[in-house]
Amino acid sequence: MNHAMSANNFSDLHQVSDRLSRKFTRNVSERLIEALLFAAAAVSVLTTVGIVYVLVSESYHFFQHVSIVDFLTDNQWTPLFDDAHYGIMVLVSGTVVSSGVALLVAIPMGTVIAIYLSEFANPKVRESAKPILELLGGIPTIVFGYFALLIVTPVLQKIFPELPGFSLLSAGLVMGIMIVPYISSLSEDAMRAVPMSMREGSYAMGATKLHTALHVVVPAAVSGLAASYILGISRAVGETMILAVAAGMQPNLTWNPMEPAATITSYIVQVALGDLPHGSIGYQTIFAAGLTLLLITLAFNIAGQWLRRRFREAY
Amino acid sequence: MQALTTEQIRALIARGKMKDTIFQALGIICLAIGLLVIFLLVGDMLQRGMERLNLDFFTSFASRKAAQSGILSAWVGSILVMFVTALAAVPLGVAAGIYLEEYAKRNWVTDIIEINITNLAAVPSIVYGLLSLGIFVYALGLGQSILSAGLTLALLILPIVIVSTREAIRAIPAMIREGSMAVGATRWQTCRYHIIPYAMPGILTGVIIGLARAIGETAPIITIGALTFIAFLPPVPFTGEPPAGLFDWVMSPFTVMPIQIFNWTSRPDPAFEVNAAAAGFVLMVMVLSMNALAIWLRYKMRKNIKW
Repeated sequence: MNHAMSANNFSDLHQVSDRLSRKFTRNVSERLIEALLFAAAAVSVLTTVGIVYVLVSESYHFFQHVSIVDFLTDNQWTPLFDDAHYGIMVLVSGTVVSSGVALLVAIPMGTVIAIYLSEFANPKVRESAKPILELLGGIPTIVFGYFALLIVTPVLQKIFPELPGFSLLSAGLVMGIMIVPYISSLSEDAMRAVPMSMREGSYAMGATKLHTALHVVVPAAVSGLAASYILGISRAVGETMILAVAAGMQPNLTWNPMEPAATITSYIVQVALGDLPHGSIGYQTIFAAGLTLLLITLAFNIAGQWLRRRFREAY
Repeated sequence: MQALTTEQIRALIARGKMKDTIFQALGIICLAIGLLVIFLLVGDMLQRGMERLNLDFFTSFASRKAAQSGILSAWVGSILVMFVTALAAVPLGVAAGIYLEEYAKRNWVTDIIEINITNLAAVPSIVYGLLSLGIFVYALGLGQSILSAGLTLALLILPIVIVSTREAIRAIPAMIREGSMAVGATRWQTCRYHIIPYAMPGILTGVIIGLARAIGETAPIITIGALTFIAFLPPVPFTGEPPAGLFDWVMSPFTVMPIQIFNWTSRPDPAFEVNAAAAGFVLMVMVLSMNALAIWLRYKMRKNIKW
């Protein structure tokens, strides 16, 4: 051992300086790697900047042809006709009605499932139910569109014989089923985060499971529930393919779910399927529609974050 | 207030218990509806599409005649687009996740990135299509190619990959990092030899879930202007007109499974519904098996790792 050390003594000096220089390159490469990793993280910010830039710049060109007042108040949407009208409310009405139907299904169902899984089900049921919900949430929306058009619509037509082949109702119902997993999983997480001691206190006072769930756990988890509903709303508003397949694509200013109508998203799909030249006003309408969509979801997101802060219960 | 008699109290308890039971039944019914929808969907598509589910369906192109149509260009397109998506989203997402967990200081830049990722996850997928139409297709001139589609979907699933990477990294206890640093490893060496390998199963789960989502996405790809009728395959590397290269196929026009299904469901002729059902079944098998793989991986991982 000693022998080897003294034999190496001579080269020790070399090795020290060698190590110093290696430390230098090592520092440089560490910095370089950190910069690369940062660049990767910054891509997400660039994506947002890109989205805002594209939507705003194309919409800017659009709004040089069409006044914002007309855009918001006109009650016709015929951008590709000779007599062109650009009333976005026509598309917004389709979006609002279909989302409303979807939420009427998704919020009660999602909340019941969440309460059941978090407060009633034994761990075995919970562990096997979660993957099922996850699979449901993973089904491609185009397949849900097929489901709405070819399975749900015929069934609904037996109940309501006057229902047309395309309707906001059938698309909305299926959309609701699609959103259930998003709401149930987030709500369940929120309710499971409520400390056990609160439930125990309630049980000790003689409350039943249901009473504890509805009057202790749900109020304590209300900010999480609200956040999950908001996520459900943005999913519904942004959903495209179910509506493009099952709700028809003709613009129709209506509040009746039994009618076919276009939504903001299905209009974009319809235009993209056609062959509009880049830079034409028809091409720019889809960006104006997209900007409207983004602003709606953004408004809900901000509301959600505000709700979460406002009603957060800290334990 | 008058004291309740024993009978009254018993009745009260019985009522409470009954409400519990009713609610429990309601919960089970709601779950059963979800399960029923999955079975109904898969069952209906299988039953309706059965007659078309043979080898010819996978080896022929779309055609004007329903009975001769197949999904060759669609499944090849889907796989190629997924390949580009994975190639772009995995390195970017994992690197961003590592940066945020292991490197980022707590300052406003980090805050912006984090808020941004949360918000991006809530942006409707069709908006990504518009982004890509403006940037990739026209500004960068990539056209309506496999590359444009792959990059669009990569941006779409980036938040999923980043979040799952972060969760996987966060589950690794601090002592692993301390041990590594204590023997003189740099930050990157710690990541390279300890953090990334231990986080791998978690990252993989997130990547599979992200890709399963991407393979079923229709709206953004329609938005960039993908064609619905493609009766040819992208060029095989090093074939075609010289100078033929390894990556010629990325610039090729394409179609994918969901677009093919959309095309068939939107035709008035019911003969195409059969094709849509068969193609939908194939897509469901692809997506469900990817999801099942991810769920199994997660389950396995939870069992194996004990810090």
